[in-house]
Amino acid sequence: MSGQKFDNKIVQWVDERLPIFSVLKESAVDYPTPKNLNYWWNFGSLAGFMLVVMILTGIFLAMNYAANTAIAFGVVEHIMRDVNYGWLLRYLHMNGASFFFICVYIHIFRGLYYGSYKAPRELLWALGLLIYLVMMGTAFMGYVLPWGQMSFWGATVITNLFSAIPVVGDYIVTLLWGGFSVDNPTLNRFYALHYLLPFVIFALVFLHLVALHTTKSNNPLGIDVTGPQDTIPFHPYYTVKDLVGIGVLLLIYLAVVFFAPNFFGEPDNYVPANPLVTPPHIVPEWYFLPFYAILRAIPDKLGGVLAMFGAIVILFFLPWIDSSKVRSAKFRPIFKQIFWIFLAVCLVLGYCGSQPPEGQIVVVGRIATAAYFLFFPLLWVLGKIEKPKPLPQSISAPVLKGASAGHAAQKMEKA
Amino acid sequence: MADTSTSASGTPPEGESRRDFLLYAASAVGVAGTALAVWPLIHSMNPAADTLALSSTEVDLSSIAVGQAITVTWRGKPVFIRHRTDEEIEAARKVDLAELRDPETDDKRVKKAEWLILVGICTHLGCIPMGQKASDPKGEYGGWFCPCHGSAYDTSGRIRKGPAPLNLAVPTYTFLTDTSVRIG
Repeated sequence: MSGQKFDNKIVQWVDERLPIFSVLKESAVDYPTPKNLNYWWNFGSLAGFMLVVMILTGIFLAMNYAANTAIAFGVVEHIMRDVNYGWLLRYLHMNGASFFFICVYIHIFRGLYYGSYKAPRELLWALGLLIYLVMMGTAFMGYVLPWGQMSFWGATVITNLFSAIPVVGDYIVTLLWGGFSVDNPTLNRFYALHYLLPFVIFALVFLHLVALHTTKSNNPLGIDVTGPQDTIPFHPYYTVKDLVGIGVLLLIYLAVVFFAPNFFGEPDNYVPANPLVTPPHIVPEWYFLPFYAILRAIPDKLGGVLAMFGAIVILFFLPWIDSSKVRSAKFRPIFKQIFWIFLAVCLVLGYCGSQPPEGQIVVVGRIATAAYFLFFPLLWVLGKIEKPKPLPQSISAPVLKGASAGHAAQKMEKA
Repeated sequence: MADTSTSASGTPPEGESRRDFLLYAASAVGVAGTALAVWPLIHSMNPAADTLALSSTEVDLSSIAVGQAITVTWRGKPVFIRHRTDEEIEAARKVDLAELRDPETDDKRVKKAEWLILVGICTHLGCIPMGQKASDPKGEYGGWFCPCHGSAYDTSGRIRKGPAPLNLAVPTYTFLTDTSVRIG
């Protein structure tokens, strides 16, 4: 590979010493991508875009923020009223978290539907879940920073989860707080971590991409790429497609930022934190609601906490729980139905998490929790008994209908 | 894909330039959009509304005796207000403009001869010159002396010796009454 790869002499000189241009060319320009990716495949790059938006707006917000319980609430209002475009930065950041989660949730469910977690992409899936976990931590700590009522009581409730751990629980909670309740030391460390973790996410995203470019992208048919006739270069085909996606995302995201900036928020968080008064109805941000519902469904403190964390941990084992070798739900008629039921169960859990835990909601929450966990053994059994539809020979074959695969390959070469 | 390949090979040359036009137009919109999006980020680093609101300071001069000087804060910077003696005024007026590094007459630097109002920041590298207190060294020219790199200013705050290139700056100010002044 010592030959002249680039026309530009400076680029060539740098590349021989530090192959940034080669790597960029291989992974973002020439990268062979299955030619049948649909729009559900946009959400990975959209999530990456949101990460960049969050880091950028976050850095400029941090320049105006102060992590001190005496002034934190006022300083956020100062950002809103006095700092040039501070209202825009804060609303972009606040709603950006929601849109980041929307993109990631769609990305995860796309992976579920098309079996993107199956061999050889187990680590790709695990890295994605790790990103999701760090995101949840980052979002939780970010929500504490404005030091409103929901910030304070959210932090109190979530950190208290750890007190359910037998024997050492209380010590862990004290360690998290740096005191005997959520207070100034807690706010300070949460701010430090909230600034650090996005860069951890960035590093994990990098590994996620390395894993992706090693195993290559899955596709809606879930079958392996058989040769160059099944792929197109990433640039310009998917760069342009991703840009279209970013355009649509920006339309919706900015519509919320400009016309309904508090849509996802809780009015209680515009009341300064008061350690002596708990708001009548504490709810976490919407992206935590399904897990919150699972927590409340189990009538036992430790059991509830274990179920909640278990609901995420079990996803790491999905590649080995699912016994079917067929990836895409397109060719798995029963799995396809179960997938939609599972999605509906997650939405029902989310609704239950948003409601006060009274009456029927408790019952529905418990049934939905049971259904959530039932999904996994069911997947294992299903792989043994389900008869998948016949898989196409290659990605090109079903597109060209009558034509044979060999014919298709010739056509591609001509183009 | 088969469709695309056939139409692409049959495209007339005009199609190429139209595609180029679309590429350039889309890139231009993208660059303009990014620039517009970056502006709020950059502008957020400029002084905020509350900082700008504190941009003027009112000072009562009645308690400053002749020969005395006080330092007030204006926009986070020290401002020197010196109630000059007749000798100091005389010394400042007598100076030959030709021997000044930054030539300026004393008349241009004051609104009322007895009140000299200056931004108390050395024009070399931003230290605060000494000379406000009676015990401070005032330098060879009886004005101010900067301890950082040895710049000396005269009784009109003009640079006379040392590395500083310019006279001490005169802030914008207005006399509200005979004994009160608004800086900024």
